[in-house]
Amino acid sequence: MLTEAQAWEVLQQVPDPELPAVSVCELGIVREVHAMPNGVKVVVTPTYSGCPATEMIEAVIREALRDAGASSVMVETRLSPAWTSDWVSSEGRAKLRTHGIAPPESTGNEQLQPLRFVPSAPSCPRCGARTTTRLSEFGSTACKALYRCERCREPFEYFKPI
Amino acid sequence: MTYTAHLEYVLRLGDSALILGQRLSEWCGHAPVLEEELALANVALDLIGQSRLLLTHAGRLEAARRDEDQLAFLRPDHQYRNLTLVELPNGDFGRTVLRNFLFTAFQRPVWEALVSSCDTELAAIAEKSLKETRYHLRHSAEWVVRLGDGTDESHARMQSALDYLWPYTTEFFTEDAVDDQVAAAALGVAWPELQPAWEASVHPVLTEAALAIPARTAFRSRGKAGGHSEHLGHLLAEMQHLQRACPGAQW
Repeated sequence: MLTEAQAWEVLQQVPDPELPAVSVCELGIVREVHAMPNGVKVVVTPTYSGCPATEMIEAVIREALRDAGASSVMVETRLSPAWTSDWVSSEGRAKLRTHGIAPPESTGNEQLQPLRFVPSAPSCPRCGARTTTRLSEFGSTACKALYRCERCREPFEYFKPI
Repeated sequence: MTYTAHLEYVLRLGDSALILGQRLSEWCGHAPVLEEELALANVALDLIGQSRLLLTHAGRLEAARRDEDQLAFLRPDHQYRNLTLVELPNGDFGRTVLRNFLFTAFQRPVWEALVSSCDTELAAIAEKSLKETRYHLRHSAEWVVRLGDGTDESHARMQSALDYLWPYTTEFFTEDAVDDQVAAAALGVAWPELQPAWEASVHPVLTEAALAIPARTAFRSRGKAGGHSEHLGHLLAEMQHLQRACPGAQW
């Protein structure tokens, strides 16, 4: 039998399948955990509709909680409120930066201007320079864009604000 | 087969996302540069993700209660409700990004309006999809300007792509009973109402791209009512082949 606190502790250690540097909790995907009479219920909010890791995330959550002794695990998907990169925790942001991924800027009041809307450039996660250039709006996963630092010349990934 | 207006409406959204997602997937391995290969694949994944949510929802609205896979893989073309625009062949890269632009500029006001739908599941899907659509719109608008206001060759191709695609955008805003019933029930927005918002985002970009906006003609495509072009059948033949050959196959 797992308590809610124990279940949270377990989930803090579950890495995101595509961003193993951070946990599913640090990404803000796990919204709620409830201890039920016959197991644990976890409420998750998926990141992007097209994120191929969504089903994998459910599977790793189930596995981790079962291994920790939960008799049954129910995973509920909740779409609203929609996931936002503002939910990435400060620990998560620090870990992303350590792993060479610029953490998302605040989404703030993002305008819907289609043209010439260049979001504030992220600073380089390696050298900290603010002068960076976007190479590609879409990176290796749905949640990242590709940038290059103009000072240290290193390419890096930027976790997109959404 | 008759669908309720509510179901028709959800299928129009889900099928349009699915078919454009399938079309964009055809670029895998063929895009002009690696960055655009990733971009088109990412946009396709988002669209297919949106369609999965919408078709799952649609299945719960019908008596037969089919799941997303049954709806995607086992319906013949005349039961599809996507806009004709999205089933047209990709053409070159310019036409592909121009179509993405015209369509996502339409999706945006649709999602914005549906966020307050009294169908809470549809509202949740809209809230989520809106965020993605912003990225798709920005990506495609930038390309439209770059290519339209580019070299003589790229400009000529973009103008011919616009002349080809433009007549199909009339369908976005043609009135019909489905729209009226859904709007009356506060389930969704009537699409004709979205024309000013669509034009307000599309016209400035086309102008910036130095493209001449074609005049409206009497041509009416009617994919959203189930009357498709000859292209959809070929697309479905490829997309549905496995489930048709081995019904219920899973892996």
